[in-house]
Amino acid sequence: MAAPVSSVGKPSAERPPFSSTSFQKKTRSKLISIPGTRPSVQNGQLLVSTGVTSLDYLLGGGLAVGTVLLIEEDRFDSYSRMILKYFLAEGVVCRHELFVASAQDNPDDILQELPAPILDDVAIHKPVEQPRLSCEPQDNLDAMKIAWRYQNLPKVQSALASSSRFGHYYDVSKTMEPEIRQAAKCHRFYLPEHPTQSSTTHSRMIESYSALLKSLQEVIHREGFDLSTPMSMSRNILRVGLHSLGSALWNDDLSCHDDPMHSHALTTFLYGLRALLRSSLSVAVVTVPSHLIQDQALMGNITRLCDNAIALESFKGSERETNPLYKDYHGLLHVRQVPHLNCLASQLPDHKDLAFKLKRKQFSIEVCCQRLHLLCATLSRRRSSANLCLLLSAIG
Amino acid sequence: MFTELNSILNATPDSFTQGEFILVSDRQSDASFLIHHFLSFYLRARCKVCFLGLVQSFSHYSAISQRLGVSLTQAREKGQLIFLEGLKESLSILIPQETTTGSQAMDFLRDPTVGLQRLYEFVRSSVSSDGGGEEGVEEWGPPVLLVDDVSVLLSLGVSAGAVLDFSHYCRATVCSQLQGNIVMLVRCHGEEAEDDGSDEGSEWLLKGLTHQCSLTLHVQGLPTGYCRDIHGQVEVCWRRRRGDGQHTQKKLFQYKVHDKGASFFAPGTSSAVL
Repeated sequence: MAAPVSSVGKPSAERPPFSSTSFQKKTRSKLISIPGTRPSVQNGQLLVSTGVTSLDYLLGGGLAVGTVLLIEEDRFDSYSRMILKYFLAEGVVCRHELFVASAQDNPDDILQELPAPILDDVAIHKPVEQPRLSCEPQDNLDAMKIAWRYQNLPKVQSALASSSRFGHYYDVSKTMEPEIRQAAKCHRFYLPEHPTQSSTTHSRMIESYSALLKSLQEVIHREGFDLSTPMSMSRNILRVGLHSLGSALWNDDLSCHDDPMHSHALTTFLYGLRALLRSSLSVAVVTVPSHLIQDQALMGNITRLCDNAIALESFKGSERETNPLYKDYHGLLHVRQVPHLNCLASQLPDHKDLAFKLKRKQFSIEVCCQRLHLLCATLSRRRSSANLCLLLSAIG
Repeated sequence: MFTELNSILNATPDSFTQGEFILVSDRQSDASFLIHHFLSFYLRARCKVCFLGLVQSFSHYSAISQRLGVSLTQAREKGQLIFLEGLKESLSILIPQETTTGSQAMDFLRDPTVGLQRLYEFVRSSVSSDGGGEEGVEEWGPPVLLVDDVSVLLSLGVSAGAVLDFSHYCRATVCSQLQGNIVMLVRCHGEEAEDDGSDEGSEWLLKGLTHQCSLTLHVQGLPTGYCRDIHGQVEVCWRRRRGDGQHTQKKLFQYKVHDKGASFFAPGTSSAVL
């Protein structure tokens, strides 16, 4: 399941076999609030932030726990990698655990490039978090004269409160400080470090995907993210980032051949990944170099096996980069799929023409008004409606 | 269940045609809301339902059925519903462990070329009545098989021919022998002419299943483009096999999915437009 909120808080039904009285205190299942999550307004599912607030909005408030977000990479894997880093950085700030898998770059290198969070509160990496009430009035230059009863309350939010905010902003010109990063627990899977076992594969998956799935399951079991483990007081979310699945470095020939031999390896892996995620408190972001995969039917299968799917198309290197119509944006973003888990209707985005721009402090996704301008340009060429053209340029 | 769809299909939980093979298909759209309709419909009709939930977890179907007024957990406890949770069963096969537990229904994951025999045997044991020797066991109506969805089997490496064999065997058992119904969901992608004629294509599977079935519901997006108020169109096609030969009748509706159901209306009569 994609972890509806109520089941998170439900204690495992264990009653003591011998109770002294028949009186049972009615304990209302307290919702254990995990920092960095919030329930969805539509269907009560537990959501986490992707790190990009505009992407959260597109996906219906956030990424539901237990689901997969598929990002179809842009040509140079620059912006998809950026979103993956935002996702992992958000996990560090919210004190979630991370699992990073890559075949190309060492996961440590990816983790070192995480953008620095913009926190206007107390830095969360300080180990001692007690608000020093006794010292504060002395530091306080302007002692409160009227509301003096509030003098001793901590001025800055405690670390827990700051990480309970949903969605943070990051400054991409700086990298995250090592103290903050090391406070989060990271699990790594770097394919060259896992020698390919010559054992017979038990399914259509190739060894690299099998090893990855097995490693992920071990982490989930060991660290207690399984939903079936008895409920302890503190639960956490595991954020899984899988970089460039389906590329040749994973020993997969999906992106190399028109008629690949391992045509079902990635889809079988995604099926297993969905099975793992639905039964644990984790969320995954997978990037796939879809521009290398020629078979559209296969891409359709891959998209359907993931819950959320977006595709990035950057203007870099194409003729649109110098096109004055697109000068405000870095690329187009297509929402391929939005899930509707635990409910009938899905939250489809209002607009289909979306463009993104990576600014220093924000990755913004906006409705692209350039289509109107293109329409205007074609109309004016036909000399049919100059008035319409003026009207459209006034809107856009 | 959706009351408007019941009137379109001329079926109520008290009276519906038996021995039907209903095929729900979609193209670049999502027809799974129809599966939820049929699930709640047949549970209300007190049929014995065997549900192969291959793509989502049990709690997903349970949460939606709750909104449609049917409790899946109760039905499962009473023995009315037999649910195969494909995702859960598959993990023990995809990640090999020392002890293999659970039914062998998902064994095709180990070697998809073998075919879907084990899955068929699971279906057969579920729908055939268990002798009825126990006292107090409720008698259920005709068996119903629901599959959500069949195209994921293609993604997992099973050939389209094996899936067609499986559906044929199920049809022989459930529809002909036991006078029950089958509902299967097939999902396609892309335009119809894009198939390059390969055996593995889902187009081939769709054509084969359409030939076998007696009623199809084909869900598509609107031909004029994306609209927020009208989610798509459904083409209902009856392929009558009994009595007066092969006589097909088609009807086209547009639909909109709400939180607790779906409304169907004739094209152009959406409340957003009128």
